[in-house]
Amino acid sequence: MLEVRGVSAGYGGFRALSDVSLEVRAGEAVAVIGPNGAGKTTLLRVISKLIPASAGEIVMTGVKLADVPPEKVVELGIAHVPENRRLFPRLTVEENLRMGAFVPAARARFRERLEFVYALFPRLRERRDQLAGTMSGGEQQMCAIGRALMSGPRLLLMDEPSAGLAPVIVQQVFELVRRIRAEGYTVLIVEQNVQQVLRVVDRAYLLEVGGIRLAGSAAELLASDAIRRSYLGL
Amino acid sequence: MFDIFLIEAVINGVLLGGVLALLALGLNLVFGVIDVVWICYAELVMIGMYAIWWLFVHYGVPLPVAIGAAVALVALAGVALHVLVIQPVLGTPPINQLLVTGGVLFFLQAAATLAFGIEFRNLGLRMPIVEVGEMFFSFARILAFATALAGVAALWLFLTRTYLGTAIRAISQDREIMPLMGVNPRRIYLVTSAIGGGMAGIAAALLALQYDVHPAIGLSFGPITFMICVLGGLGNMAGGFVAAFVFAQFISVGGFYAQVEWGYVIAFAFFIVMMFVRPQGLFSR
Repeated sequence: MLEVRGVSAGYGGFRALSDVSLEVRAGEAVAVIGPNGAGKTTLLRVISKLIPASAGEIVMTGVKLADVPPEKVVELGIAHVPENRRLFPRLTVEENLRMGAFVPAARARFRERLEFVYALFPRLRERRDQLAGTMSGGEQQMCAIGRALMSGPRLLLMDEPSAGLAPVIVQQVFELVRRIRAEGYTVLIVEQNVQQVLRVVDRAYLLEVGGIRLAGSAAELLASDAIRRSYLGL
Repeated sequence: MFDIFLIEAVINGVLLGGVLALLALGLNLVFGVIDVVWICYAELVMIGMYAIWWLFVHYGVPLPVAIGAAVALVALAGVALHVLVIQPVLGTPPINQLLVTGGVLFFLQAAATLAFGIEFRNLGLRMPIVEVGEMFFSFARILAFATALAGVAALWLFLTRTYLGTAIRAISQDREIMPLMGVNPRRIYLVTSAIGGGMAGIAAALLALQYDVHPAIGLSFGPITFMICVLGGLGNMAGGFVAAFVFAQFISVGGFYAQVEWGYVIAFAFFIVMMFVRPQGLFSR
């Protein structure tokens, strides 16, 4: 579904990603794990075209992203739940969800998808008229995921959904990820919380200092010595 | 103490407040969304007033058509201002943006003098006076008040009920992620500039019914519009709305107790004092 081939990218003179290749097949959940500053967030931002790739190419269901302006990426079926959720704090929950359905194709199905998101996250229905910025971190994460689902994506990009949340809420967030998977979405998730994320995905890539160091099934990575030593503290 | 003339002054203040609220709304919208102050906002109003005068008096175009054309023209002027002047300085220090739109102010004044001369022009309309009890009100002011309120309500509905309006409110809260929503920020800025210009155009129509147009007319409305926006909290549209009525009462009631000029002196003195007391505006978040 998504192919990333030899992509490099950076900010100014700093190269955050070099020659990264990975693939996400339909129906899969794939994680990119690695330490802070490895380039995980940059990778998702390049896929969404929030920042340009300096080399390589990205193809989504046969369409080269280089040929598509940034605001049309969502119409290819890619929805991005950004780092730190990035809700519109002074819009209500429902207005945030409406923004997720901004593109014409999504507007036509707004009611139906709103019902779907409210059924998936009943808490959002209770809070529909509340300003998004006044909710707890876990509720905001639900709203951010809901907003992404409103566009009717085929591929959901999730950037550190557990970051900055209390441990008990982190558990709930991974439960949300499980539910999203159960709904049949294809997911590419970036996480520092290696132990947790490897329990909800099929495959994973290890990203270190801008390059892919290791790839395999979630079970393989959980068993690998390098991962156990550096990321699981075993 | 019952004083019918005081009541008349208060009601006239309310009527004036409606027009000031509409004037402030366009400036506030542009600031709130694009984060740039159009110092030349009142000169856009002047363009609209000249357009109405020129079409109506010179070419005998029916007044409603002339007004419609003027509103469209000023909306386009707002877009042109954004593309030609604002876009190149977006992201530069705010002082540059103030200076460049200030430059546009004097450019438009000079251009209007060149094109139309310094004469005061008016539409030559005789607007009726409405008598209620023993109080007298200008029909033009009542019309302006009603239109201004309708404009404010229409903008509010647009901003809260439509996708485009929601995007306009959202972009001021987080511009960077707008492409993730499928929104092209550049397009939202153009739409916002067109609406800001359109608001100036509607204000132009309402003012042209009551005042003569001349190249320096912007100086009559520009400072007060700007001060209303600051007093309400720049970019805070509800605050600007309330501040417009506060200011209008100062002018109207102040003018009732002394001369009209005193009303303005008191209003501006109030503004200066408020800048010491609440520099963030009366109704800042």
